[in-house]
Amino acid sequence: MSESSAPEVVRVEALRVVYGSKIAIDDINISFKRSNITAIIGPSGCGKSTLLRSINRMNDLIPAASVSGRVYFNGVDIYSKDVDPVYIRSRIGMVFQRPNPFPFSIFDNVAFGLRVNGFKLTKDELYNKVKDALVKAALWDEVKDRLDNHAYSLSGGQQQRLCIARALAVDPEVLLLDEPTVSLDPISTARIESLLRSIKDEYTIIIVTHNMLQAARVSDYTAVMMPDDDMVGRIIEFGETRGIFTNPRDKRTEDYISGRIG
Amino acid sequence: MGDQILAQYSRRMRFRKILDKVLPLILSVAVFIAVATVFSVLFTTIMTGWHRLSLNLILNYPSANPNEAGMRSAILGSIYTVGLSALICIPLSIATAIYLVEYSRGGRLASILSYNISNLAGVPSVIFGVVGLGFLAYWLGMGRTIITGAFTLAILILPLVTVTCVEALKTIPDDLRLGAYALGATTFQVVRRVVLPRALPMMLTGGILGISRALGEAAPILIVSGLLFIRDDPTSLFSRFTVIPLQLFNWVSRPQPAFIELSSAGIIVLLIILFALNGLTIALRQVLARRAEWA
Amino acid sequence: MTATIQHEALRKAIQRKRIQDRFFHITFLSATFVSTISLIVIYVTLGLESFNFFAHVSIVEFLTSTKWTVLFADKNFGVLPLLNATVMTSLIAIAVAGPLGVMIALFLSEYVSSTTRSVVKPVVETLAGIPTVVYGYFALYFITPNLLRTLWTNIQIHNALAVGLMIGILIIPIVASISDDAMKAVPADLRLAAYAVGSRKSDVALRVVFPAALSGVSASIILAFARAMGETMIAAIAGGFRSVLTFNIGEAMETMTAYIAQVATGDAPHGTIEYQSLFAVGLFLLLITAVLNYIGIKVVKRWAIRY
Repeated sequence: MSESSAPEVVRVEALRVVYGSKIAIDDINISFKRSNITAIIGPSGCGKSTLLRSINRMNDLIPAASVSGRVYFNGVDIYSKDVDPVYIRSRIGMVFQRPNPFPFSIFDNVAFGLRVNGFKLTKDELYNKVKDALVKAALWDEVKDRLDNHAYSLSGGQQQRLCIARALAVDPEVLLLDEPTVSLDPISTARIESLLRSIKDEYTIIIVTHNMLQAARVSDYTAVMMPDDDMVGRIIEFGETRGIFTNPRDKRTEDYISGRIG
Repeated sequence: MGDQILAQYSRRMRFRKILDKVLPLILSVAVFIAVATVFSVLFTTIMTGWHRLSLNLILNYPSANPNEAGMRSAILGSIYTVGLSALICIPLSIATAIYLVEYSRGGRLASILSYNISNLAGVPSVIFGVVGLGFLAYWLGMGRTIITGAFTLAILILPLVTVTCVEALKTIPDDLRLGAYALGATTFQVVRRVVLPRALPMMLTGGILGISRALGEAAPILIVSGLLFIRDDPTSLFSRFTVIPLQLFNWVSRPQPAFIELSSAGIIVLLIILFALNGLTIALRQVLARRAEWA
Repeated sequence: MTATIQHEALRKAIQRKRIQDRFFHITFLSATFVSTISLIVIYVTLGLESFNFFAHVSIVEFLTSTKWTVLFADKNFGVLPLLNATVMTSLIAIAVAGPLGVMIALFLSEYVSSTTRSVVKPVVETLAGIPTVVYGYFALYFITPNLLRTLWTNIQIHNALAVGLMIGILIIPIVASISDDAMKAVPADLRLAAYAVGSRKSDVALRVVFPAALSGVSASIILAFARAMGETMIAAIAGGFRSVLTFNIGEAMETMTAYIAQVATGDAPHGTIEYQSLFAVGLFLLLITAVLNYIGIKVVKRWAIRY
């Protein structure tokens, strides 16, 4: 399944993120390829979300956070001075742990990113883009007759797919998902996993999860993160998912996968 | 291809980037207008009235001669009515807050009663004056006197003071109460020995807040007492009376410039009293904060 | 033997403190009833005296006639001129306080550090703490002659515009404070979600926080409007006691509250129709503000349970 010949879209080099005086993650080197799903797994507190948030510069929003090292997106260092973080976020979408739709209608939620990014669209173009995003997020059939309903009228799983549609509507190249199913039931989780597999050809998808089975089910590559003795998160192993799960090289990976850590 | 997307993006974003920079400036203009209004009110009042500030202003009775006129009777009237209203209101507010927070713990009766407190808070202050006149002064025969004014003001500030007292009780952590209950204390013992000593300073801030509000209220007292020209000190709770804001209203309504200056001077006196009370609440809050550090 | 004596003593002590607790329970409960009783007294007093008033005046005339000349020899009892003045001044006040209050709230909740906020908020709240006599005086002697006269030369000395402007300043803290609470209550993850699709800070403030807090903002405006309708001294000092139905905000007008103040400054002996008119106008004002407050509190509650 995995396409190792696919182009590399995001490359992280010697990344370190510091919150105040505490080093959260250090010495992170990893790259992410198009048309692949990469899972980042590890026990809680190992810095998975921190790594994810440094890929679309969400860490900028935390005043105490400082980032060093390089993150390349299509060959451009996103932390260099002349790069607009807002542009980066419009090209690299993100979905959060809890569904967080805006308290607006279903349609306005999906159209939000198109509007803030200033696309000059006619009504029909806007409708079509919203529809495309909802189709990709496997939500269209359930909501096509009630696009004007309040987003909070949807179930938790539907809300999370709405958030995925909201992220896809602005046509990003990369989709970051931060434990997107942690608050959902197994059926909703399965729907989201299958929608991720169905759209992965067009995107570079990075998913943080602490559910190892989920990583095994959806991802092509897996990175394992682990805090060291000073609670600094590091990547201890990275490779094709099948290899990681069947034949881990690192003892800690083996312990983690078999449930002895975490 | 990436360059092309970026170029389109930059074109789209030029206006939005500017908007993003100027929005906080636009919003801060509103803050500026509010703050500037406070200062221009203070500034013009002080510039108009400061040279009329003298002991006469405080010690003399009102007079048709602006050079001799003072607001002695109004100051005494304010002290009597507002002081008495605080004596009525503060214990009532504390008792109400204790019932609502400590005894009822969210029963149906309590929710109706506390809903009515917020209803009472929404009644325009002038209405309290009209009812004070109709009910207290005439129906109950208390007359248009200090005691009628005091009760009117007490009910007027009751919701404000009660709400602060409720807030004060809510800041006391539940573990303290549970600890005392576990030793077999009754609710009253918990209130008296555990809750009240800790909540009292903050409740007093609420009381001072109410006093400040009552001191500045002209409308209800105008209705209850009428616009009087009083040239002697109040002798009992059943004396006719006037208060500082009413004396100011009286002066403001006169066309001669000297009385305008006099009203400005009177406003300065009233504002000094209000700021002093405000300072007192800040001091109380600091005492409170220090005690919280020890606890 | 000693055990039973001790047991007996303990039983008595418990009984004593139970009685004490019961006594204070009832005392505190009675105190809590004072607000409700006061509210009843307010409605009953206004209602009964209004009943006397409406024995002489038809309600239809009260609600439809366009003349209010109760203090003159030739009496007309149409409340419309007073109601009109109240609504006009309150609308002007909201036109000032609505935008300014919401802007201040957005600025405080989205753009300022908590330290700056703790300095700016009390200063803004001072606006509500200045006695309203001071605002009336400021409107009459400074706003109208120095500001309004230069822009609008034939504006009257007493006018609705200056009254509305100053009431507007007075109620800014109501709008700002309630709106700020509503904006602060917007969950942080909505802001993150907006940033994640490429929003700027201004987008987050205007397109997420403001709409998400809209019900709290509207409640603040309704409550502030009710407060504006009840404001007395500014209207009494700077509005002029001229009960004429006019829509020219440059003219003197008499609000309902100003009329009540006017009767009180003059002489309206107990039992006369002038005296009773205080209560009829008071009841009318109270009913309007009560409805507005009811709606406002309802809206606030709806917004409070949303998140």
